[in-house]
Amino acid sequence: MGDKIATREAYGNALAEFGALNNDVVVLDADLAEATKTVMFKKKFPERFFDCGIAENNMMGVAAGLATAGKIPFASTFAMFAAGRSFEQVRNSIGYPHLNVKIGATHAGITVGEDGATHQCNEDIALMRTIPGMVIINPSDAVEARCAVEAAIKHVGPVYMRFGRLAVSVINNTPDYKFELGKGIYMADGNDVTIVATGIMVEQALIAREMLLSEGISAAVINIHTIKPLDKEILISAAQQTGAIVTTEEHSVIGGLGSAVCETLAGVCPVPVVRHGVDDAYGKSGPAKELLEYYQLNAAGIVEKVKLALSMKI
Amino acid sequence: MDNKIIELQKIATDIRLGAVEAVFNGKSGHPGGALSSADILACLYFSEMNVDPKNPTDPDRDRFVLSKGHSCPGLYAALACKGYFDKKELKSFRHLGSVMQGHPDMKAICGVDMSAGSLGQGFSAACGMALAAKINGKDYRTYVLVGDGESQEGQIWEATMFAAHYKLDNLCLIIDNNGLQIDGKVADVMNTMPYDTKFAAFGWNVISVDGHNIEEILSAFDAAKTVKGKPTVIIAKTVKGKGVSFMEDQAGWHGKAPNAEQYEQAVKELEDYKNELK
Repeated sequence: MGDKIATREAYGNALAEFGALNNDVVVLDADLAEATKTVMFKKKFPERFFDCGIAENNMMGVAAGLATAGKIPFASTFAMFAAGRSFEQVRNSIGYPHLNVKIGATHAGITVGEDGATHQCNEDIALMRTIPGMVIINPSDAVEARCAVEAAIKHVGPVYMRFGRLAVSVINNTPDYKFELGKGIYMADGNDVTIVATGIMVEQALIAREMLLSEGISAAVINIHTIKPLDKEILISAAQQTGAIVTTEEHSVIGGLGSAVCETLAGVCPVPVVRHGVDDAYGKSGPAKELLEYYQLNAAGIVEKVKLALSMKI
Repeated sequence: MDNKIIELQKIATDIRLGAVEAVFNGKSGHPGGALSSADILACLYFSEMNVDPKNPTDPDRDRFVLSKGHSCPGLYAALACKGYFDKKELKSFRHLGSVMQGHPDMKAICGVDMSAGSLGQGFSAACGMALAAKINGKDYRTYVLVGDGESQEGQIWEATMFAAHYKLDNLCLIIDNNGLQIDGKVADVMNTMPYDTKFAAFGWNVISVDGHNIEEILSAFDAAKTVKGKPTVIIAKTVKGKGVSFMEDQAGWHGKAPNAEQYEQAVKELEDYKNELK
């Protein structure tokens, strides 16, 4: 594992990189270009960057209008405002007409840190998942974030990308890494239980796997970078093979990956599923790393949930 | 009177007839705002806008967004009159399986440039269309119709700022200022007046017209095109339910379908008016 890079940083870099290859890419921001890192695109292509000011709802509508005219707009702001404040604009102006708008939502989850609960969006996946036709990508590191941007440009239709503020390890810089929209990735094999992870929790799942191995527990780890459409095949096969699932995400346990996995397995292969994430509560101010410990969004927290899942295994 | 004016008055009356037919057959819908905006729609689709029903996705075409999407019986009737689809389709308005959705669906209907209906949103999309023209170096114009009640939405003023900031002189906003909304008079529910000084303060070119006077509407569109560096708003004073005596200036006809007797009377009044036009 190399240097730590925030996925928002990778997002900004990728916009500048892929923006050079496609003139239709335009970037909108709502006074957060320095924070969302769209500033990297702005510096390179100022004529294709439009600050909308602190008016996210209008930004989503402008993005929709640009898309009707063939542009590929990336609308960026914090997840709280992209998915939360502008939910209905995204639903009605982008989702319903299935317009080719890409939403780059940064500062998702509790790793926003010191800004606290008002800015820590633990609900965005839940909200976006209810919009028909919306693609949701939650990358686990900088490598995957770059791939998410590339895939979003290629995909025709609305895409919601979730990026974080906290610098995290690069875990996918391997020669055989391949990003395929809508496909989960087996990060490690195992027989007793499968940890299904998304976003920054993928790294923690891999650490948890090592901890479990020392206790004689063999856990498989799947990285679900695309939460919608969900790779049902890989989940059903994991449930059949290991008979127990633990989901982990830096998001509410309500409505996110955990819920999506339960919905998928309940009617097909109902094995015990334990959801690990932010419980039904708001965040708090504090350094991101301390918050991850406080909310047990770490390998130790996953290990605990794995043991719970194993205890329920028939 | 000028033949062109009479012709547009006839078309506006046909739009009203189509709107009333749609709402009657749909057994629900919004006749009031459709009738108040019919003259504006006639001027846009039959004089002002460069659109061709045979080439509805032409990238160079002018755009129209009905931000007050509930008034779509008027838009559907205008599109039918223009030849985008058969007028008979209007009878399927709001029926299950019809493309004539209760609020416009751009995916379903040929000629609809933007899905809209959730108030305040279409205006922003129109800003995006106008901005795209600037980016792409195209000279099409974008027109967007909002309601005066709709102007209570905060997003309207976000878009108002945006259009002025980016100097979208290829954008023309029309306010269907009929003065009524569901709960009563706009002035009583939540006053949005005055528009002229508000928009001027936001940096817009402001033109006020009688929204039922074809000549005034046409000259406002002409004047809008000559103004560079700022968007234009046309404040169109209208009468809700215009053209059907018992619907005129009645908030109760915002979202209600006429019964068979009322429908017949509405059609008779509109046809009588049309026959008088010479």
